[in-house]
Parts: sequence; structure tokens; C-alpha cells
Amino acid sequence: MNTAHDYAITTEKLNLWYGSFQALFDIDLNIRNGMITSLIGPSGCGKSTFLRSVNRINERLGYVRIDGKINVQEQNIYAEKVELVQVRKQIGMVFQRPNPLPVSIKENILFGHKLHVKDKKYSAADYNDIVEKSLRQVLLWDKVKDSLDQKATALSLEEQQKLCIARLLPVKPNILLMDEPCSALDPKGTAAVEELIWELRGEYSILLVTHNMAQARRASEECIFMLMGKVIEHKETSDLFVTPDKKETADYIEGRYG
Amino acid sequence: MAKLESSSKQMDDLFDQRNMDWYFDKLVQMIVFISGISAIIFVVGIFVFVTVEGMGFLLEGFSFTEVFGSEYWEPSDEDDPEYGMLALIAGTASVTGLAMLIAIPFSLGAAIYIAEFSTGKTREYLKVLVELLAAIPSVVWGFIGLSIMNPLIIETFDVPVGLSVLNAGIILGLMAAPIMTSIAEDALKAVPDRYREAAEALGATRWQVIYKTVLPAAKNGLLGAILLGVGRGFGETMAVLMATGHSVNIPGSVFDSVRALTATIAAELGETAVGSEHYQVLFSIGIFLFLITFIINLTADLIVRGIKNQ
Repeated sequence: MNTAHDYAITTEKLNLWYGSFQALFDIDLNIRNGMITSLIGPSGCGKSTFLRSVNRINERLGYVRIDGKINVQEQNIYAEKVELVQVRKQIGMVFQRPNPLPVSIKENILFGHKLHVKDKKYSAADYNDIVEKSLRQVLLWDKVKDSLDQKATALSLEEQQKLCIARLLPVKPNILLMDEPCSALDPKGTAAVEELIWELRGEYSILLVTHNMAQARRASEECIFMLMGKVIEHKETSDLFVTPDKKETADYIEGRYG
Repeated sequence: MAKLESSSKQMDDLFDQRNMDWYFDKLVQMIVFISGISAIIFVVGIFVFVTVEGMGFLLEGFSFTEVFGSEYWEPSDEDDPEYGMLALIAGTASVTGLAMLIAIPFSLGAAIYIAEFSTGKTREYLKVLVELLAAIPSVVWGFIGLSIMNPLIIETFDVPVGLSVLNAGIILGLMAAPIMTSIAEDALKAVPDRYREAAEALGATRWQVIYKTVLPAAKNGLLGAILLGVGRGFGETMAVLMATGHSVNIPGSVFDSVRALTATIAAELGETAVGSEHYQVLFSIGIFLFLITFIINLTADLIVRGIKNQ
């Protein structure tokens, strides 16, 4: 029997408008804890919009209006008393284009940590430990251990994207949002980052938006298919691709549109 | 075979037609080219003119210790004129220094507000207003210094004269701030939005995004903006002439009157005989100013270019 604790994110009647354009319609989702859930659908179906409303980064546009609830650990993150900074501490995000900050590799890793973790004085050695641990977790340590003070923007795109994942880890988020994290990478880089995402499951609940159906199939355990701002189908990935319930899903995964 | 030849001849004719458009295009190219290089010609021309006029003094009467070591500017002394620029340099430097102390925080603050906080209409209005401020003629600023700031300073600080380093520094600071704001705002705008998004998604507050991400990324452009402001300060003449009190003096406090290099040229050139030693000295001040502003502007330009190439 599923209880609320099994879910990392639940939404209730989530509607979203950009100005007067409605992008999401009555989204009701239960996203499982500690799993990789992928979001697929044709361009403009609202999958990125949904992802970007889970850490409220959508709001920086200024003309976004939201109605309904998104509960993270049973707390509605759109409730009035909620601190944006705390929401974003809990929920890390990886973007389509790797976006390391124009500072050193080390400072990139420590950026979030220095913002959020203020429980004690950290020594240089403590910081080094954090950097090493995070970089090891994304399988980047051996490559960059001698160039930690170099600019992160000089790394290859694949390494930049791994670094962008690594810098989320020191603040110990529960959820990682990934917005087409491999779309700027070559096949080798894609494989490496997918492997990394697979390694991270269990420890983190991962929500993965992808344009690439094969990727959803390879790298996720549950899959959500969206169309025109609505959720059409949500079930186990292996199930969804073999025996979809809805005709729209079947047509999409067979490549009849999209 | 013959057919082929004739058709290739036809092709040649086809591609060898020069119509009006072709000539017009060449003409426009030439005009644009001349306009383009005219800037270089004018700059070189002005430099050559100023150098030729001032060279006589630099080659004969010039003494480094007198010019840069003496504070006595007595060009009208009939028996033994003295051309010590130290007080004038101190005047220009003190006024520019105070102006920058005022203009840097103001303009950086304004640029941060316009680029990072304001939105939509507010931003547009502010940008137009800043441009408008930059277009106020310097004599108007001088007038404000003379007729508004002067009595205000006398009354507020209970000093005998209000035409001083303080007065000119404030006026010059207000004059330099708009152009500095405008360039600093460009520098902030050039910071890619994905840096802000990344920092925000990591949980940074608005101020942390600016302080930890945007300002470091825009650092070169901001430095360029400041240097251009300094260049503006060195070169400004009319407002400084009107607001400093124009008396040769190494200032001991901000309430002392001073005289600037530029103002000295403006005030004295009309009274000197063309080709006289005094005339030549004024031109050598011109060379000095030209070199300083050239170096400052060049440095600023190189720094600003540096960010674009990164």
C-alpha cells in the first residue's frame, strides 16, 4: 500500500498560465520517492514548464500565474509562508545547457554549500573534502583533481554538465530536476551522464525531462507522457513503452507525430 | 562544340554587366570608407597641431623640475615667468578624485538597479533619463555650481568661499555619473542570463546572485566604466572653471579653491600672444592632458574589449 511517504512530489489540480496563455491543465501527479521519473512529450507540451514550476524557477519570468498545489515532502511549496531559498535548497536543478558559474571548479561546487550550510565554521580541509566527495560521486574527480582552481567554463560540455550535477550534492537535496540534461552533449557524453543519473537514483528522487524517447526508456523507471499541457499517461517505463493505455501515447511513441 | 562556345560567350556577357546599382554600391563604399578613416585623420591631426604649437617650449624652456616640481604658476611675470604645474595638477587630481568618490557608488548603484531590478516601463524611462542627464551641457553644470552650490556650501559649512574642490567635485561627479551608469549597465547586461538562473536555482537570493555572480562576471566592464569617468573628469573644462574658484593653490582641504589644468588653458589662451612662451606652455599642458586622457581611454577600451572576448 502506498502512503504519502512514498512520494517525493505530489501535485493537486496544478494550472499554470504565462500571461493569458494556459500552459498546464489540472496536473495531478504522484512522483515516487528515490526513483527516476522521466517526462516525455512533443515540444510545447508543458513538460519543461512543469519541471520549472517544481523549484519555482519559472517565477523569475515575472508573468507566470499558478493555481493548485505542488507538495514536496507533504508541504505545499506554493503556500504563502514558504521560503523560496529553502525550496531550492531541497530541490536541485540541472539545465539544458551546462551552466557552470564563471568561477573555479572548486567554487562552483562550494557555491550552494556556502549559501545554505551555516551550522559551523568550515576549514579549508573540510571544504576540500566536500569538493572531493562531490566530484567523486559524479565520476569527475580523477579528471579535474589537479585543476580545481581553474575556471569551470574551460571544461568540456560533458564535464561541465557533470560539474553542474556535482555542485547540487553538497547541500543534500532530496530531489534533482533535470531539464534535458544531455541535449547539448555528444553520444559519448550522453552515455556518461545517463550512467551517472542512473547511479544517483535511490539516493535522490530524479525528475528527468527528455526529448529523446530512447533515453526515457533507457534511463528511467517511471514515465509520464504529456500532451498540450495535460498528463496523458503515467506508469512504469517498461510498461508505458510496451503497452500504452492511451491512443495518443501509442501514436507518439511510434513516432506518428511530435 | 561551336554552340557551347557561343553559349559560354553569352554567359560572359551576362555576368559582365555593370548597371547603376553596381556604381552606386562602389560610391557608397567609398564614402563610408572616407567617413570611417576620418576619425583617425582628425585625431592624428589634432595631436600634430597641439604638439607643433607646444613643441617650442618643450624643446627649449622646459625644465622637468620646474614644471612638475614647482607650485608657482606665474606666466605673466614680465622678468621671470614661472611655469610650475604642480598646483594645477593637484587641482585637477583633487577635483577628479572627489568626483569619482561620489560618482562611482552612485553610478554603480544606478546601473545595478536599472539592469537587475527594474522592469518594463520603469527601465525604459530610467535609461532615457540617464541619457538625458549625460546630454546636459557642461556650462549648465558650471552655472549650477556657481549659483546654487556656492551659496549652499557657504551656508551649510560656514566657510568664506563656496567655489572649491567640494563644489567642483560634486558637480563633476554628477556630470560623470550618467555616462558611467550607461556603460556599467551595458557591462551588467552582457553577463549571460544563464549565470543568474544557475545561481538562483542553487538558492541564492537576489543580492547574492548580484554580489557573487553578476558583479564578478562584469568586473572588467565596470572597471572600464570607472576609467571612462576618470577620463571625463580630467578633460572637463567649463564646469570646473566655474566651480573651482580658479585660484592656483595646492588644496589642504575640500573647502580650498583650486585651479584645473583644462581651466587654465581655457582662461589664459585668449590673452597670450600667438607663438609666445606662455602660449607654448599652454599647448604643452594640452599635450599632457591629451596623453593622460588617451592612456585612460585606451586602457578602459582594452579592458572592456577583454570581457567581450572571454
